Amino acid sequence: MSFAEQRPILTDEPDIPATPIAADTRLFDNIRHVIFGRISTIVASLAILLLILVALFADFIAPYDPLAQSILNVNKAPSWEHLLGTDGFGRDVLSRIIYGARNSLIFGLISPTLAALIGTTLGVVAGYFGGIVDRVVSRLIDLLLAFPELLLAIIIAAALGGGFWNIIAVLTIAYVPGFARVARAQTLAVKQEPYVEAAVAVGVRVPTIIRRHVVPNISAPIVVLMTLWVASAIRLEASLSFLGIGTQPPAPSWGNIIRDGLNNLFGTPWPIVGAGVAITCVVLAFNIIGDAIRDVLDPETA
Amino acid sequence: MAGYFLRRLLDAIPTVLLVLTLVFIAMRILPGDPAIAALGDFATPEQLAAFRAKMGLDAPLWQQYFNFLWGVFTLDFGRSLMNNRPVLDLILYNLPFTIELTLMSVMFGVLAGVPLGVLAARHRNKAPDNAVRVFSLIGYAIPDFYLGALLLITFSLNLGWFPINGGGEGFADRIYHLILPALTLAFIKAAFLGRLTRTSLLEVLGRDYVRTAWAKGARENRVVYRHGLRNALLPLTTGLGLSTLAALSGSVAVELVFNRPGIGKLLISAIAERDYAVIQGGVVVFAMFVVLINLLMDLVYVIVDPRIQVK
Repeated sequence: MSFAEQRPILTDEPDIPATPIAADTRLFDNIRHVIFGRISTIVASLAILLLILVALFADFIAPYDPLAQSILNVNKAPSWEHLLGTDGFGRDVLSRIIYGARNSLIFGLISPTLAALIGTTLGVVAGYFGGIVDRVVSRLIDLLLAFPELLLAIIIAAALGGGFWNIIAVLTIAYVPGFARVARAQTLAVKQEPYVEAAVAVGVRVPTIIRRHVVPNISAPIVVLMTLWVASAIRLEASLSFLGIGTQPPAPSWGNIIRDGLNNLFGTPWPIVGAGVAITCVVLAFNIIGDAIRDVLDPETA
Repeated sequence: MAGYFLRRLLDAIPTVLLVLTLVFIAMRILPGDPAIAALGDFATPEQLAAFRAKMGLDAPLWQQYFNFLWGVFTLDFGRSLMNNRPVLDLILYNLPFTIELTLMSVMFGVLAGVPLGVLAARHRNKAPDNAVRVFSLIGYAIPDFYLGALLLITFSLNLGWFPINGGGEGFADRIYHLILPALTLAFIKAAFLGRLTRTSLLEVLGRDYVRTAWAKGARENRVVYRHGLRNALLPLTTGLGLSTLAALSGSVAVELVFNRPGIGKLLISAIAERDYAVIQGGVVVFAMFVVLINLLMDLVYVIVDPRIQVK
């Protein structure tokens, strides 16, 4: 065993299979199955839908300005005016959590997508061309995969510092090695297929082969991985913000709401409880959907 | 086996060099000037130049690189910019706290997770299995710092059973300070290890020799532990290694929640204070631990399953 044989911490199932998953003609069947398969997946889908709606319409839903401070209303317990009370600066906790949803969703969607683009490119290039490129890329991937994502993110954040694009960069780098590894393995498998050989024999140019024959055939597992890592990215962003190297206050993030709550421990526990429940439910919902997707695409490991 | 161990150790040398090189690249070549980061945007050019000279940042890059490597090998990480103490002293003071937290949480996690997994596998698709499944779903979803905060509020603040912060002095007091932080991380480890034990045990229990064991009349305990769990140990070793790594990275947030000393706390405060030398030292320590844990995993594999070294 070596570094290469490790997997992301969140999953305990065997790896995404090395053989490419056939391009699915029953796409809508599968989507329906994933969403309506069990009661738990229906609830999870509704939770994700709710998250998206809250994030989109935060401006209309939030009862107060998430940044508006009020010295008169510090550390209030929940009431009809402030459903989750107020924090140490007199800000409405519910409004901060609602805007935090937007923050979480932005990072949760952008960074796995970017990581998928970069990682897939690296993996396909390494897998298709082989040789020294492959050796260098594989070695780097193995090495980076040996690091837990959070630790990798902390190390990079230590060098880069906070700020929106820096957080995007940190989260993206943390997920690139995983995508690169899967893309490389899939490319190696697809490269053996007769249609690629045929394309080479006919004299199709390499970029065209990659674009037309390789990428479409490896996209399914990449997409699965992306959905699985949305939850992971949301949690990672929250962790970094909690540590003070993610979203910087006063901008609300679920992580820094909990951090503020801990610094104001003798105020009220409601910021911690509210933001914590939000993170846990969202990650739980994405994990349930992720498991369901995997079950549909790869029933044997279920 | 000794040959294999030696080969693995030698294998680790280029890995260590590569990791150190990446750390160096991350610290020096990524955007952001450490001098400006440390002194702020309003520092005069003279101040910046003096800082660079003091930190050896005015030397050519290759020379900085070798200075960096030499510093790591001689355990000379420079001095903190905040309090001028040697970074090595800071690391040596904080390291035991992080190590004891990591080890204790992995131990709690194994003690809870493996029996839970065995229980779930023995009662597949029945109530205990479902209970363990719900537990592990929650364990996968709940962030460690949130769980830590909940435990802190409940058991330290409201019930007063445990200290609110610090690392403790003397053996008993340190263990006392360790319990809640370790339980926080152990909860998540137990969820992961429980699920992993269940999956790998079920896979083993489906094999032919297990059926033979049943057929020849072996008792259930003998089948489950002797034939089943013994052969499920290999994936569990991976799980144990991953758990240790996850506990190490989780320790950063947990040290912050419980206001404990530790490498994570040291690193995070250094980032907040822009204490460049300490950041570099902390990052190197974490990176070396990752390499070390991976190396140990490779060695334990061979002990658990001697067939591996044949490859």
